[in-house]
Amino acid sequence: MQWDLNWFICTLRSSIGKKLIMALTGLGFCIFLIAHLAGNLTIYAGEDAFNSYAERLQALGSLVVLAEIGLLFFAVAHVFIGAYLFYENFRARPERYLIKKNAGGRTIGSVTMPYTGLFILFFIVLHLIDFHFVEKTDQTIYQIILETFSNPGYAFFYIVSMIIVATHVSHGFWSAFQTLGVYNSEYMSLLRVMGTIFSLAVGLGFGFLPIYILFIS
Amino acid sequence: MTKTGDKSCINLKLKVWRQKGPDVKGRFETYKTRDVSTDMSFLEMLDVVNEEMILSGKDPIAFDHDCREGICGACGAVVNGRAHGPEKGTTLCQLHMRHFSNGDTVVIEPWRSRAFKVVKDLVVDRSVFDEIIQAGGYISVNTGGAPDGNAIPVPQAAAEKAMDAAACIGCGACVAACPNASAMLFVGAKISQFTLLPQGLPEAKKRALAMIGKMDELGFGNCTNEAECEKECPKEISIENIARMNCEFFKAGFL
Ligand code: SF4
Ligand code: FES
Repeated sequence: MQWDLNWFICTLRSSIGKKLIMALTGLGFCIFLIAHLAGNLTIYAGEDAFNSYAERLQALGSLVVLAEIGLLFFAVAHVFIGAYLFYENFRARPERYLIKKNAGGRTIGSVTMPYTGLFILFFIVLHLIDFHFVEKTDQTIYQIILETFSNPGYAFFYIVSMIIVATHVSHGFWSAFQTLGVYNSEYMSLLRVMGTIFSLAVGLGFGFLPIYILFIS
Repeated sequence: MTKTGDKSCINLKLKVWRQKGPDVKGRFETYKTRDVSTDMSFLEMLDVVNEEMILSGKDPIAFDHDCREGICGACGAVVNGRAHGPEKGTTLCQLHMRHFSNGDTVVIEPWRSRAFKVVKDLVVDRSVFDEIIQAGGYISVNTGGAPDGNAIPVPQAAAEKAMDAAACIGCGACVAACPNASAMLFVGAKISQFTLLPQGLPEAKKRALAMIGKMDELGFGNCTNEAECEKECPKEISIENIARMNCEFFKAGFL
């Protein structure tokens, strides 16, 4: 079959094409989460380890900028297509059921997907303002973290946010592979387990940081 | 004859969706029904209710049915929030009243989806499924002498999976149960039953694009991998078939 751009765009605009974009960008964020978590784990190794990690990350320069632009592009696609799918799905059932019960397929993660997603968007904006675009000339990033988390309200908000991220990922991870067309049921059960482990790692790895910084280190 | 007070007889309160026609506003009406034998099927219970309504000059509850043995896919309603009622792997016609208790309130609603218009009461128009099948749910075979049954080798495992997918009776419970009113389990099953077999391969690409294109056009929602369809499907068709459909679509759309 001849390859042309129209064809390609038509495929992406279909229901499954939109799901494909959600899956690929979502998996992109999963990779980002792994990298981010691996970096943040240096906090458990102490202040110096973390600051030197932050410095070395900065030293990568244009590579970091490139990754940031990529993530921004992914985020725009994920948010807008997600919102459009939500709208289409809402429209697909104009008259609602009086009673609708869960038949056992849905999970907390899957039911709350659009809402946890919206919350994460809000969290990311705040998070970038607090840690990314913050003035870093006269204090190290570790000091900024320490100062921000010493506000118990913020620490609590952060922990709740991480639980919400973990919930989103608990459905998103395996769901992305289902969308990508993994129809082998053995792989699928493995991916489901991996999704659970991944979401626990994200929730605990990030969520425990404020507790560690405030009470343990 | 069963008598009142007999354990095999129950009294129920039915809350049924009544809608005179496709463009008329519907509403719930409540009926009390007495002495329902627990040996009855759900549809037989509705028959009894309807007989009484006809005798008293009321309009009986319209519902679809045909085989009444779980093979035709005509019946179906959402009963107390569950498509085809609360039992696993059963159609509404196979659901027995022994799964209800005396005094229960039973809420009965039609499949709700923009793509399935209500014709009357519990009857919905599922001809959109036929449109999807017409778009590509077939194989083209030239007429001529009957081919030898074993001329084309089919691995046993593939034959089993194709047969599992082909068990779909087109009832529409997957759409009804899906939080997004998506038809992807139905379409996934119909695409898989051909794709898994050598006879289905020549038209695989054309079929995937045509059927999925049609499905999108008809106003079904988009699957978000909730797996509710798989749980409510009377033939217990796996969402593995949705993944296979996605795979077929990518192959057809990108390669
Ligand atoms: S996939 Fe299952 S629920 Fe959907 S139409 Fe076929 S038999 Fe009915
Ligand atoms: S009437 Fe045929 S499946 Fe129920």
